[in-house]
Amino acid sequence: MSQAPYANWVSMREALHAEWTKLRTAPGTLWLLVAVVALTAALSAAAAAAATCPSAGCGQDPAKISLTGIYLGQAVVAVLAVLAISGEYSTGMIRTTLAAMPRRTTVLAAKAAILTGLVLTAGTIAVLGSVLAGRLILPGHGFTPAHGYPPLSLADGPVLRAAAGSVLYLALIALLSLGAATTVRDSAAAVGAALGLLYLFPIIAAVVTDPHWQRHLQQIGPMSAGLEIQATTGLRSLPIGPWAGLGVLAAWAAAALLAGGLLLRLRDA
Amino acid sequence: MTTGTLTPYRSDMRAGRDGFGQLLRAEWTKFRTVRGWVIGMMAAVLVTVALGLLASSGHAVCNGQACNLSVPTGPGGEAVTDSFYFVRQPLAGSGSITVRVASLSGGNTSHNPGGPATAGLQPWAKAGIIIKENTRPGSAYAAMVVTGSHGVRMQYNYTGDTAGLAGVVSRASPRWLRLTRSGDTITGYESANGSAWTKVGTVRLSGLSPVVQTGLFVSSPAYRQVTSQRLLGTGAVIGPTLATAVFDHLSLHGTQTGGAWHGSLIGGGASGAYPVQGGGYHRAGGRFTVSGSGDIAPAVAGAGDPGQTIEHSLAGAFAGLIVLVVVAAMFITAEYQRGLIRTTLAASPRRGPVLAAKAIVIGAVTFVAGLAAAAAAVLLGGRVLRGNGILVYPVTPLTEVRVVAGTAALLAIAAVLALAIGAILRRSAAAVAAVIVVIVLPYILAVPHVMPVAAAQWLLRITPAAGFAIQQSLPQYPQVSNAYTPSSGYYPLAPWAGFAVLCGYAALALGLAIFLLRRRDA
Repeated sequence: MSQAPYANWVSMREALHAEWTKLRTAPGTLWLLVAVVALTAALSAAAAAAATCPSAGCGQDPAKISLTGIYLGQAVVAVLAVLAISGEYSTGMIRTTLAAMPRRTTVLAAKAAILTGLVLTAGTIAVLGSVLAGRLILPGHGFTPAHGYPPLSLADGPVLRAAAGSVLYLALIALLSLGAATTVRDSAAAVGAALGLLYLFPIIAAVVTDPHWQRHLQQIGPMSAGLEIQATTGLRSLPIGPWAGLGVLAAWAAAALLAGGLLLRLRDA
Repeated sequence: MTTGTLTPYRSDMRAGRDGFGQLLRAEWTKFRTVRGWVIGMMAAVLVTVALGLLASSGHAVCNGQACNLSVPTGPGGEAVTDSFYFVRQPLAGSGSITVRVASLSGGNTSHNPGGPATAGLQPWAKAGIIIKENTRPGSAYAAMVVTGSHGVRMQYNYTGDTAGLAGVVSRASPRWLRLTRSGDTITGYESANGSAWTKVGTVRLSGLSPVVQTGLFVSSPAYRQVTSQRLLGTGAVIGPTLATAVFDHLSLHGTQTGGAWHGSLIGGGASGAYPVQGGGYHRAGGRFTVSGSGDIAPAVAGAGDPGQTIEHSLAGAFAGLIVLVVVAAMFITAEYQRGLIRTTLAASPRRGPVLAAKAIVIGAVTFVAGLAAAAAAVLLGGRVLRGNGILVYPVTPLTEVRVVAGTAALLAIAAVLALAIGAILRRSAAAVAAVIVVIVLPYILAVPHVMPVAAAQWLLRITPAAGFAIQQSLPQYPQVSNAYTPSSGYYPLAPWAGFAVLCGYAALALGLAIFLLRRRDA
């Protein structure tokens, strides 16, 4: 009986090791991580190259522009997270996994931890690349100190918040997608559900013209609320504050993981 | 040793037919017997209609003044705005009217406290002569006009616009305008000096009454100041403006002439969708000073406009699209996942037709489901909007059919694209994500303040998202100033051109998928 906590601890460590091995050796993982970095940085650089600030006070947010790539990178993160669990369902590997580690919440927790670690690493590289691209490209398009825009620097508090927050945002998207995939199991349906959840709120908010509805949709949408973390100017006019917005996304991710965890325990694999 | 022939075994079963019809039937059977896919199709229809209704009912409820607005429809059935100040008299049969425009000036309203501070002369303020069927807004017309900053134009039946002499009118360089009627045909002339005349254009207004109204008119379109461009869409202040023109050397030839000139305001009023300030005229000898507000032009949807387009209720198509993409990708990837593809290819070894049959089945099923969803969304959504007193811009039946059937076709082609990408990648997660990203993400990035407008418009030209242009019901008119941005419902490509871009991507992907299916082992 006194061995129980020790056994538990070993089990978690073993679970982490097992999940790390599975994710590391799955054929798509490395390419998806490379795609997160490449696509995020590429779209960010393209957005920076397309932006112009013709005069002082042009009302644009340089941090937000240079982090535009997150809109695309999050889709790849969602695929990575969905495959981490749905891949096991499609090959039947999940039955082996659960036979080896019968504590199902431990399995999910280990998957979430490994996935978070991978996405945080790839996300950091992607965001650093995006900020660097913005720092190099934006001054050539009118974002000069004369127009009120010093070069982007991570030493600047709001810029650091936008950059670090974007990395956290990607990690939370991974957890949300993992929860969704654990809930619906099929990979196509899970990716559809995760991307639908992210992309549909802004579209519906754009066509609903009642200002109250718009504001509420912006406040509860996981993407529209979560991406407010990228704002460095005009914070007062945001529908929801930067950290509160990221909190909304965290609540979505927690709810999805909770639903996934409960169903994983209740259902047959 | 006995010699004899060994009869080879022959099956009693008849050889199976493997015509294309059989392939279609096989694929249709596969589709309809998977419960999840049929449920998915129904879910796509439901979610499209439900979100369309949400978008319609989430519209700001009109407040007092802006309630139960209406817009007239022009001879072509399109929504128009037709309000101006008209100094007129009847003209029977053939005849002509000639005038000299000595000046055109403008300013903003005095009746609009809190409105835009100053507007000046609107670029599309108009002063000139017009021959109009009657005084009912929306009736047929042809006009020769001097504009604020677009020179002389000949305009007719709201959408027609032909450019004449450029330059701004002033006392130093006045403009002479002439319209002649002969039967149904009206010809416009212009001159800088009153002696050398140039023909600007000829139009045929079929079914024009024997007695028409003709005379001088002035209009000045509403001033729009965009106040915000956020993810929420575009906010704007909109207010009436007034333009004043001085005319002289007015002459009218034809029967029933010599009557008195009579001034009246056409259109406008409390139920008009566009703010109008009013107007009036003053005559001193041969000099007419006419002030007018409003516009004679096709209606456009945009910042600060009170109305909604019919495609507003089709916003749910994005949600339906996501569900359909999932089903369509699974239609092929599930075969790889379960190994059924080997049975399929053993049964019909000609691989190209197999994928073609799949594409036809998924495309046809999606088209039917999409048609039902789009028709229900437009019908119900329009009813909800009108029930809340919101103006829905009228369109011609042909346009309505194009918007509804086009949405169904858009969904069908997107499903074929998803099937093709699924066959190329053979992994459903990656295929679904790829298709959703290329079709839906450009639209989100096109919303202001995510990407600059110019870059966003390029995205909506070159990505499959261009296909959504088929939903645009109100065309873009160069002769009407407006913020023609994706967020106010204007796509950079024409409806069918945008649809063709999507079709091109689908055809390319399907070709590559068939090529790879034949090359690779299953």
